[in-house]
Amino acid sequence: MEFDTVIMSRLITAMTLGFHIIFATLGVGVPLFISIAEFIGIKKRDDHYILLAKRWARGFVITVAIGVVTGTAIGLQLSLVWPNFMQLAGNVIALPLFMEVFAFFFEAIFLGIYLYTWNRFKNPYIHWLFSIPVLIGAGISALFITTVNSFMNTPDGFMMENGEFAAVNPIAAMLNPSTPTRVAHVLGGSYVTVAAILATIAAFALLRKKGAQQYHKKALKLTVISMFVFSIVTAVAGDASAKFLAEHQPEKLAAAEWHFETEKNADLILFGWLNEDNEVVGEIRLPGFLSFLAHGNFMAEVTGLEATPENERPPLWIHYMFDLMVSIGMFLVGISFIYLLFSIIKKWNANNKLFLWLMVLSGPLAMLAVEFGWIYAEEGRQPWILRGYMTVQEAATSSPYITHMFFLFLLLYIVLGTLCVITLRKLFKDNPAELELEKNTPVFEEGVDK
Amino acid sequence: MSYELIGISVLWLFLYGYLIVASIDFGAGFFAYYAKVTKRDHIINQIISRYLSPVWEVTNVFLVFFFVGIVGFFPKSAYYFGSALLVPASFAIILLAIRGSFYAFENYGSKQNNVYMFLYGATGLLIPASLSTALTISEGGFITEANGVVSLNYLELFTSPLSWSIVGLAITALLFISASFLTYYASRAKDIDALNLVRKWALFWATPTIIMALTTMIALSQRNERHFDNMLDLWWVFGLSIAFFAIGMGLLYIGKYYGVAFIAIMLQFFFAFFGYGVAKYPYLLDPYVSVHDSVTSDAMAIALIIAFIGGLLLLVPSLILLMRLFLFNADYAKGKK
Repeated sequence: MEFDTVIMSRLITAMTLGFHIIFATLGVGVPLFISIAEFIGIKKRDDHYILLAKRWARGFVITVAIGVVTGTAIGLQLSLVWPNFMQLAGNVIALPLFMEVFAFFFEAIFLGIYLYTWNRFKNPYIHWLFSIPVLIGAGISALFITTVNSFMNTPDGFMMENGEFAAVNPIAAMLNPSTPTRVAHVLGGSYVTVAAILATIAAFALLRKKGAQQYHKKALKLTVISMFVFSIVTAVAGDASAKFLAEHQPEKLAAAEWHFETEKNADLILFGWLNEDNEVVGEIRLPGFLSFLAHGNFMAEVTGLEATPENERPPLWIHYMFDLMVSIGMFLVGISFIYLLFSIIKKWNANNKLFLWLMVLSGPLAMLAVEFGWIYAEEGRQPWILRGYMTVQEAATSSPYITHMFFLFLLLYIVLGTLCVITLRKLFKDNPAELELEKNTPVFEEGVDK
Repeated sequence: MSYELIGISVLWLFLYGYLIVASIDFGAGFFAYYAKVTKRDHIINQIISRYLSPVWEVTNVFLVFFFVGIVGFFPKSAYYFGSALLVPASFAIILLAIRGSFYAFENYGSKQNNVYMFLYGATGLLIPASLSTALTISEGGFITEANGVVSLNYLELFTSPLSWSIVGLAITALLFISASFLTYYASRAKDIDALNLVRKWALFWATPTIIMALTTMIALSQRNERHFDNMLDLWWVFGLSIAFFAIGMGLLYIGKYYGVAFIAIMLQFFFAFFGYGVAKYPYLLDPYVSVHDSVTSDAMAIALIIAFIGGLLLLVPSLILLMRLFLFNADYAKGKK
């Protein structure tokens, strides 16, 4: 019975977070693009960009609502599902959790102001200014919550006394070893994912060859440039993360790379699978590249999984998660780079059909990469909830009702997800961009957007 | 003042903040649906949606703030409340999720969907009922701890006069607070029809609120004598509460100074809520968690208090800006902006 509640506790948390991060990622990224679009629109006096900002903002409200309610859910579930964990770690993670709520509060206030003051001010820059606290609040709350998760991976900033944390240094706990690389990877990843999703929308509209082509082309160009920039940032942060893991969490990297024996000049294993004897089959082997990935030196020694006691090893299937995440990341870098190359060289057509289809794919793929990367990061620290201090088994609730709650929440997320898609479709299908452009041509020369 | 006392005071203040803003919000949802059923929605729905649209998200944050703060300051409460409240709190989460997201679906997506309106109104009354379970069990006697397993005694909870009194008080009070706020808001918007309607509701809900408050006192005296006696010692605080209630009701009745009336009603609940809280001291959960079981290190307590102050310096001006732009902006309330 006890074992069951642990499994259910893990499942319920995985489900809530898996659902929440879709909307959390959008919540972090979309405000940035709304703000950029509105700024360009005001500066260039281009109605297309203003409309982009408006339409993105309108869709954003729907996703933000789900982000808020699922965020509230996971916030409460931390105590409901993992009461022992919160009792122990609450002493240390209280500060970043709390500051995260402040950032969220700040964002919520200004989002309300931003959404309801489109036509209020004579100077259009005043309205644009209200988007800044929204995007800052969104980014900062991602930062703080990532420090909490980083703490769970590499706990720091306290002493252990009689089974309790003592001499806590809240700042050191927040700025634990894995914080910098993870924050960079999470923020970069969110921005690239949202850029890809917005590019998907624009590319899909262009493929349908109806309506305001110019409008969608501008949207595509803006988002693909951003996609390129942020995918590079994310890849660099990802590389730094790998080097970090090699040093501080070698078992996570070793499990992801199926690197069993500690050795110098270690090979990087791409794809493949494990046979019954746990031998790697069908892989692509890049000699020495794991050493290079982990330490920036082909001859460096990489710690293998054998160095970790058997009952403290993460599951080996995280290799697939890692590979999928990295492959999608590479795809995003590549496709955005080629697109930009084509659009710089004028005689080549960047908006050809093949590219547009690839762009349509890139949004959903990027979101999948977020999920894969997150699963990899979380499963990679199994069996620990606080690496080295508390296992998930010790942390979970003992309430037998957890199973019922799992199905209740499953039902909730199915309903929310379905209604979200229906509402968004309805919102945009009944009111395409070209229609809006026709019926309300904003008069920007007079400084009033009516 | 010790750190834990500062902590619990600020948190109590935020819970009070949630009580007010959430009451307005939950009540408004209920009234919007009720008006629709009784075919009076054309009178007040515009007032309600103009107030709610920019602030619904902020309301939710008050709650998150409170529960993150309380487990931050008093991690032991996470263990007891978390273990015991899995079911009621999960229901509250689900109701909050339905309410919040359906509000967005309704207002920004498909307009005027009856099902959404119903769920929006109904969840507004069910959420306080499920959240108030936390207040009920904090009085003690509802949870047991054996072999390291904390469990909630549901039979005891569902047959307790105290838990039903608290639920009743929560619902009547929220309708009363909400109606008096809407009265004030309608008067700002100079919307006479809406004003007459919601004023009537405010006057109506005052009576059951007071009855439920008395019932709760009686039930509490049976459940937790210590708490009740402490409240009697603080009789003057509750006296102030009743005085402000009288002022608020008087102003609503004569139909003048609705702003002052609403402030009086806010003060009424402020004194009642703080009197209740102070009398509870030092227990958060009788007898398992007391205020003295706070964070183990001073460094964290100081950091949290600094974060409080820093956060408030950021929040208060932002909230004032929000209110100036929407709540206290007569043109916006009238629907001109």
